[in-house]
Amino acid sequence: MKALQIQGLKKTYGSGLQALRGIDLDVEEGDFFALLGPNGAGKSTTIGIITSLVRKTAGRISVFGHDLDSDIAAAKACIGIVPQEINFSQFETCMEIVLNQAGYYGIPRRLAEQRAEKYLDQLGLWDKRHTRSRTLSGGLKRRLMIARALVHEPRLLILDEPTAGVDVELRRSMWSFLSGLNLNGTTIVLTTHYLEEAENLCKNIAIINHGVIIENTSMKKLLGKLNTETLILDLNSKLEYPPEFTDCQTRLIDPYCLEVEIKKTAGLNTLFKEIEQLGIQVHSMRNKSNRLEELFMSLVDNKKQAVA
Amino acid sequence: MNFQKQCIAYQTMVVKEVGRFMRIWVQTLVPPAISMTLYFVIFGNLIGSRIGEMGGFTYMQYIAPGIIMMSIINNAYSNVVSSFFGAKFQKHIEEMLVSPIPNHLILAGYITGGVTRGLLVGLIVSIVALFFTELQVYSYTLMFGVVLFTSILFSLGGMINGIFAKKFDDISIIPTFILTPLTYLGGVFYSIDLLPEFWQKVSLFNPILYMVNAFRYGMLGVSDINVGYAFSMICLFTVALSVFCLFLLNRGTGIKQ
Ligand SMILES: Nc1ncnc2c1ncn2[C@@H]1O[C@H](COP(=O)(O)OP(=O)(O)O)[C@@H](O)[C@H]1O
Ligand SMILES: [Mg+2]
Repeated sequence: MKALQIQGLKKTYGSGLQALRGIDLDVEEGDFFALLGPNGAGKSTTIGIITSLVRKTAGRISVFGHDLDSDIAAAKACIGIVPQEINFSQFETCMEIVLNQAGYYGIPRRLAEQRAEKYLDQLGLWDKRHTRSRTLSGGLKRRLMIARALVHEPRLLILDEPTAGVDVELRRSMWSFLSGLNLNGTTIVLTTHYLEEAENLCKNIAIINHGVIIENTSMKKLLGKLNTETLILDLNSKLEYPPEFTDCQTRLIDPYCLEVEIKKTAGLNTLFKEIEQLGIQVHSMRNKSNRLEELFMSLVDNKKQAVA
Repeated sequence: MNFQKQCIAYQTMVVKEVGRFMRIWVQTLVPPAISMTLYFVIFGNLIGSRIGEMGGFTYMQYIAPGIIMMSIINNAYSNVVSSFFGAKFQKHIEEMLVSPIPNHLILAGYITGGVTRGLLVGLIVSIVALFFTELQVYSYTLMFGVVLFTSILFSLGGMINGIFAKKFDDISIIPTFILTPLTYLGGVFYSIDLLPEFWQKVSLFNPILYMVNAFRYGMLGVSDINVGYAFSMICLFTVALSVFCLFLLNRGTGIKQ
């Protein structure tokens, strides 16, 4: 069963800006799906259309088989949304916000109260249940939005940049919370800028740029595309120019810091031998992180060249 | 959504809407009580005692229905326009838009909020009026009918204003430049018989004249105009504005990009 099916989705805003140029996307039930893309790529627009906040210009969307045009109420009942921007009434308490949302979905009061307690508690907001949302910190507001999105127990939870502006600790607990939900069967779709986290948690991924999907694959396959690895060597002695090694590309970041890009198939022994032969003194060595980020940038760049 | 779920959703909206204006009662319920008291004191008592009779009643008795109606109109309108625009401005309208509540229920929720505040303020002002004069009732049915439909009508007006409003100025322009003048010129303080014939004819284009007079007829049994005609007009406008509001909501005007 497909949790989400998007076909030929286009959006032109009133300003004439074409934000989506024909998007096709499938998300299987039970997936933990990441939608990646630079600012302005069209992620929020896509999510806005799925959640009925933005009108589409063309295309079809169905959620668990319910078409958004013909079966909107059933589709909406399947979706929980955590938007990018805070959107609750400043004057309402956490409890009121969650209970009202339950009411809008037609959940009886008794059940709504049980659910509100469950999710406010799980997200560490139970102590603050009578606090007005206005006075919560940024991270707590985001958690409140998650509790609100879960109160009708949606089969598909969509989060738009849930970890933006959230501190490291909170981010970690949020990710483990989401993993738990996913293990229990909730399909999760999110957009994020924290690529490393997406790398560890998401099963499938689509990359969007300028309103076009430029890559849609499993995280495993995508990472498999990385056929090189980048090592950073801190040196004890100065180098005038980058040395040459077999199967490698080298670059001097500064005279004491050498970057080596090596094919994954090549063993490191050859490299070490050659370093030894040239008499280069290596003080320390590390992997260059943000590999996904690099890949992402190279994909985006390739497309740009292809377009140009 | 099945019927039971719709009831829960509607109930949630109503509790929220009523809770909103009750929570800020100092801004919503007290001001009309104070300003209407001033009207009664100044126009009814001080000046009214020198005016003598109007339509066969003391001036105080004559203006009481108009003042009650005026407060109902203002409060029904401003409740919906502030609540709906506030929801747009703070974006929590999205809470409703993503949920399966049908648009007619969203509309019904806001209108019920406006009507409730209109009626509550009407009641408060009526109680205030009792300190100054005796209120009589000529026809309960007509009186309640007019009050109900008028408050629905102006709640719808507030909704339309809220839908089109883009900034805070937009929600005070219509009340200041249209609603208030029409109310003051709508026969709250005088019978249009006092006007020259030309201005009497002009006044007939003012919809508020019909509501004030129909209500006054419900209380005193006197009216400047045909009450059956007035009541039909109110109903007709109510239906027309409801349809228009639903059309706007379905189209997503002012709320969806
Ligand atoms: N309401 C709007 N009116 C006009 N243009 C918009 C609107 N919202 C977004 N855009 C434009 O659409 C493009 C996609 O935006 P968005 O979907 O928010 O991107 P992302 O979420 O990936 O950062 C951007 O160029 C943005 O400026
Ligand atoms: Mg965005």
